[in-house]
Amino acid sequence: MDKVGYGGALSKTGQTPIAEFRAVSKRFGDVVAASDLNLAIAEGEFLSFLGPSGCGKTTALRMLAGFEAPSDGEVLLDGEVVNGIEAHQRPVNMVFQHYALFPHMTVAQNIGYGLRQRRPRLPKAEIAQKVGKALDIVRLDGFADRRIWEMSGGQQQRVALARAIVNEPKLLLLDEPMAALDRKLRKEMQIELQNLQRQLGITFVLVTHDQEEALSMSDRICIMRDGRIVQIGSPRELYDHPQSRYVAGFVGSSNFFDGTVVTANGVSASVRLANGDVLEGSMATDLPVGHGVCISVRPEQVALAREGEGLPVTVQNRIFLGEHTEYLVKHQELGEFLALSPRQSELADGPFETGDILLASWDASAALVLERN
Amino acid sequence: MRMYATCVYLFLYIPIGVIALFSFNAGRHASQLQGFSTKWYGKALGNPFVMDALQTSLLVAFTSALLASLFGTMAALALQGVRGPVRTVFDMLIYVAVMIPGIVIGIATLIGLVTLFDQLNPMLAALWPEGAQAPRLSMGLGSLIAAHTMFLMALVIIIVRARLAGMDRALTEASSDLYATPFGTFRQVTLPMIFPAVLAGFLLSFTFSFDDFIIAFFVAGSETTLPIYVFSSIRRGVTPEINAIGTMVLGVSLILLVAAQVLLRRGERKPK
Ligand SMILES: Nc1ncnc2c1ncn2[C@@H]1O[C@H](COP(=O)(O)OP(=O)(O)O)[C@@H](O)[C@H]1O
Ligand SMILES: [Mg+2]
Repeated sequence: MDKVGYGGALSKTGQTPIAEFRAVSKRFGDVVAASDLNLAIAEGEFLSFLGPSGCGKTTALRMLAGFEAPSDGEVLLDGEVVNGIEAHQRPVNMVFQHYALFPHMTVAQNIGYGLRQRRPRLPKAEIAQKVGKALDIVRLDGFADRRIWEMSGGQQQRVALARAIVNEPKLLLLDEPMAALDRKLRKEMQIELQNLQRQLGITFVLVTHDQEEALSMSDRICIMRDGRIVQIGSPRELYDHPQSRYVAGFVGSSNFFDGTVVTANGVSASVRLANGDVLEGSMATDLPVGHGVCISVRPEQVALAREGEGLPVTVQNRIFLGEHTEYLVKHQELGEFLALSPRQSELADGPFETGDILLASWDASAALVLERN
Repeated sequence: MRMYATCVYLFLYIPIGVIALFSFNAGRHASQLQGFSTKWYGKALGNPFVMDALQTSLLVAFTSALLASLFGTMAALALQGVRGPVRTVFDMLIYVAVMIPGIVIGIATLIGLVTLFDQLNPMLAALWPEGAQAPRLSMGLGSLIAAHTMFLMALVIIIVRARLAGMDRALTEASSDLYATPFGTFRQVTLPMIFPAVLAGFLLSFTFSFDDFIIAFFVAGSETTLPIYVFSSIRRGVTPEINAIGTMVLGVSLILLVAAQVLLRRGERKPK
């Protein structure tokens, strides 16, 4: 399958999304786990649901798998409404958060489970051959006859992965697959998972609360909050053009200054901050004059200098990060914020010490005027 | 404290030890030991009344244990899907069924069945064609098996449900995600995982039914199970033959109980 150019696949007219949510809501009693989800997933893409715990990511995934039926709206797979179709009849497979491997079966029996359910039955030799290939793909050859409890956490995760991909599903669903792994292993698995997806061309839908994981692996990220999708976009789009304070804070880190819009032209705005200063910023969404907003500036956009123009600040703390140094600075009225200085820029002026009084400034284009929520 | 515990155990187990000891007594008097002999075992096994009672006991124990494991497992599985107040009521009833003294179950079953038979027998007689002898329902093997199955079922439900509760729901979901039909999931995932518990439930049920005297005494009708036989012979005095029977029953029961424990332990062992 050719993966080149699918990035804009959804805008390409005529291509049916492999999966789609149309105005989908899911309620559990009084709890609204998902509300009004609208999303189309393109064939071959790597899409992540990102959001804090309890925001409805797993619920969205489970509706694709068929474990939950939507309360409202339609779930489509390959262009067909599948609301009433049971999980075992859907051509999708899931890697469960705690893997859910069958403890009474060997590794090979686990992986072959899906193949053994096929009707008409697959020949034994074919199953064995496919299982062997899957073991090979997840680099577990030689472990076929092991028991599940003889495998380490990382190996169990590979078994779970193999058990899913051996069926060549249209959609592979992964629910926080890396959550139980330690940091180093997680990094390795992220790279491996990404390679695997390229190699197989299967559409991956990942659920995670780890922004780094989502940013590093996904083609597109769907940011969720309280059961709603707040923004969908590529990692770069979300980082550069967040449409709300929530997204700016969730994707990467940012400094926020509260203020009120004084002039606005739809593209940029000037905002009066608490200290009376008026700052320029570009607008993501059209906000009227008088609206309470916040200005978001990424730490790496904040330039510190001993002389020139800018907000007078005092250095509170300094963390040396190698290539960069992170300064926590404090402005009398605006409070504390972060500045990330690359080594290069420090050659002229720095390094700054705790207690130094400096001037902080940034390009107007780097300041985003966002809704405060 | 330790002394006290020791005394309690001695008090509990010395009589049992004495029975086992005297079953090997060469003499016929229960009061003095006269050397080792296994002749009473031979005598017990050669006694046609004992063998008859044993056969009845085995039949009843096997059948009611089988039925109880079957129905108990089905009930435990069905109860999984029940939530809320209905569930609470069921849970309470199950525990009550296990805790009710055997004598209450015995009397209740007896009265219930007798009343039912009194109603049914005339109806059967009326329905039956002229001339042919209508069947009469009465106490016997059937009522004995029914009564045992009833209270053993509660036991099996508790054992199997504990195992089900320890089972990750994600396992059955994973199975259906991998295209297994609901029955396929039951056969390939649920059943293999709860089977040790079902088997343990069967063995425990078998033991309880085999050892039961009180319930059987009320509902057995003219049937004689081994405990009933022992009871009626004791009225004629404790003989070494009775001791031998008691020791054999004890041995078999202990073996089954240990086997059930091992199965439950094995079932609980979870892959980490
Ligand atoms: N089966 C369920 N019954 C009741 N509430 C549920 C159920 N599943 C999820 N929820 C609720 O729905 C919300 C979203 O849960 P979930 O989708 O698991 O969130 P996430 O995966 O983002 O952590 C939570 O408030 C959770 O308590
Ligand atoms: Mg979750």
